[in-house]
Amino acid sequence: MHKNKRIITASEAILESTEQYLDKFKNFIVIGEGVNDPKGIFGTTLNLFKKFGNTRIIESPVSENGITGISIGLSMNHFKVLLVHQRVEFALLSLEQIFNNAAKSFYVSNGTHKVPIVIRMIIGRGWGQGPAHSQSLETIFSHIPGLKVLMPSSPYDAKGMLWSALEDPNPVLIIEHRWFHYVRGYVPKKNYKVNIDKPALLIKGNNITIVANSYNVTEVIFSSKILNKFGIYPEIIDLRVLRPLNIQLIIQSLRKTKNLLIVETGYKQYGIGTEIIAQISENKLVDKIKSISRIGLPDHPTPSSRSLAKKYYRSSKEIIYEVVKQLNLNLELKKKIISYYKKKLPSTKVDVPNPEFKGPF
Amino acid sequence: MNNLEKRILMNLLKIRLVEKQISERYAEQLMRCPVHLSLGQEACAVGVCQSLNIADQVYSSHRCHSHYLAKSGNLKAMLCELHGKRSGCCGGRGGSMHLMDVSVGMMLSIPIVASIIPVAVGAALSFKLKKKKNIVVVFFGDAALEEGVYHEAANFASIHNLPIIFVCENNKYSCFTNIENRQPNDDFTRFAKCHKIKSHKMSGNKVMEIFYKTKDIISSIKKNPSPFFLQLDTYRNVEHCGPNNDDYLNYRNNNEISYWLQNDPINLYTEFLKKKKKLSDKTLDKIILKLNKEIDEAFLFAKNDKFPKIDTLDKFIYAQK
Repeated sequence: MHKNKRIITASEAILESTEQYLDKFKNFIVIGEGVNDPKGIFGTTLNLFKKFGNTRIIESPVSENGITGISIGLSMNHFKVLLVHQRVEFALLSLEQIFNNAAKSFYVSNGTHKVPIVIRMIIGRGWGQGPAHSQSLETIFSHIPGLKVLMPSSPYDAKGMLWSALEDPNPVLIIEHRWFHYVRGYVPKKNYKVNIDKPALLIKGNNITIVANSYNVTEVIFSSKILNKFGIYPEIIDLRVLRPLNIQLIIQSLRKTKNLLIVETGYKQYGIGTEIIAQISENKLVDKIKSISRIGLPDHPTPSSRSLAKKYYRSSKEIIYEVVKQLNLNLELKKKIISYYKKKLPSTKVDVPNPEFKGPF
Repeated sequence: MNNLEKRILMNLLKIRLVEKQISERYAEQLMRCPVHLSLGQEACAVGVCQSLNIADQVYSSHRCHSHYLAKSGNLKAMLCELHGKRSGCCGGRGGSMHLMDVSVGMMLSIPIVASIIPVAVGAALSFKLKKKKNIVVVFFGDAALEEGVYHEAANFASIHNLPIIFVCENNKYSCFTNIENRQPNDDFTRFAKCHKIKSHKMSGNKVMEIFYKTKDIISSIKKNPSPFFLQLDTYRNVEHCGPNNDDYLNYRNNNEISYWLQNDPINLYTEFLKKKKKLSDKTLDKIILKLNKEIDEAFLFAKNDKFPKIDTLDKFIYAQK
């Protein structure tokens, strides 16, 4: 905890980083549908055009594939571009440009054409977003060599990772969970970089390694605090960087805890957990593993109705139940933990962010 | 022949002869990549590119040989690329559909239909933002207009008044499928008008007319930046992809084929020069001999060039700062 230090939300941190980068680099362009509108992409681009003008903050026609190609053309001509999509699904219309041109040009051109663009996209959740506004599709992007895929979970990382992404000479995708925008935490005023090539150890522990990404990190920390009361200390790793994937930290932790739980925002099948576990097992990287488990979304689209979404989304409840199961705790302790959890969080709403989850952490 | 006429002749012939040699040598199986030859469509590339300067940028698609050569792309680097060799313009990573030579403004070719168009528009936006007086030209075929991203890019170029010429080489066929089966009308200027872009439709086989038209377009863009759409009607002499003629498959009718053969862009131009007594058969033969010598040398260079080192396979996935 950073006492007496400035606490702001992740969306404020993203706005601040963008503004500071605009101040620093003249050939930096922000483009997207809604970047100049009165809401400014959930506040993350709010009013930037008033300071920098609409030739640097470019309001785009509704042409996702087109503006992605345009951003690539700009970047090949020595511009730095930040492209913003209000939903991940909008970017699906631009997979052609992202996969064929952004990801491959440096390779195909034998190192001639760099594509330094950053694409921010947002995962929706809650208030009945439904099947086409709430997908967590990070693994699709993570499949493609040449791309970097980041998922920050704290305001500190939101600012620093965006800065590092903007300084990176490669196409970098930043996937932000909509609820992560509300997370509050310490953020220095001055610009700074943080690494964008590996996960981070958030909380040390010894019983089980929990790896989570994006907003789920908040859920895992909340769950962990409850488990701590009963002498269970999970080691928590924030995955942060999905591509290039570096599992060293996870291996080190698993060598100690022998239990691994991966909590992801997307589908469980063909998910992040699948890749991590495959790498660990096929390379026989850890001896005497006791348990491995994954928590992810079930195999069907996101329903709109909150009564259905309740069973669809995974939260602290599933995390706690899974840890209890994995560690094979005795019945009495199990009951105690679950009843404590129910008291602490009697009715988990899945369609609005819980006020408890604001941080800072 | 004045200098301009000579340059145009040399360019047309060079493309024709290179493509012919690729076609003839393809069966040797040393060029193991798909080739989309520009035979029959040379005048579009030469007419447009002769009016550009070196800082103007060209972007192209799968059928990029003519654009690359017309923009003075390095011949040896092109043939090495087709042979998959180390000195290829992409180091052997792209093949025939990815030709580029940044040193002369031949920026990039991308085979996915219409995929190059927004990239070129982005380049034009960079010129505008940097207040450069240069022009971007993007070449594509008739099928690209059936892709949504053409419209996205054209609309954007129009609202931002970007200095770009959209050059559509209409050869009437998307692989084997005639334009009549794909669109209600083969006047594509309608796809410019709907985006408030000025446009012109003309023969793609009359090189001097294309040259003068492009010059006019460029001087108008330089005075008053805005995009332009140029439709060039032309024909390919061999199959969509590969070295051979495939007319035995009967997807193009004989009248059409013979009409376009009679209007072959190289013949039209050499006949024009001969009629004006600016070119003799003897001079023409001499030029062809000289060009073939250069081309033979380039093929030999490509044949003898080394393959890329195997340990470079995973190089250039990510750029370092």
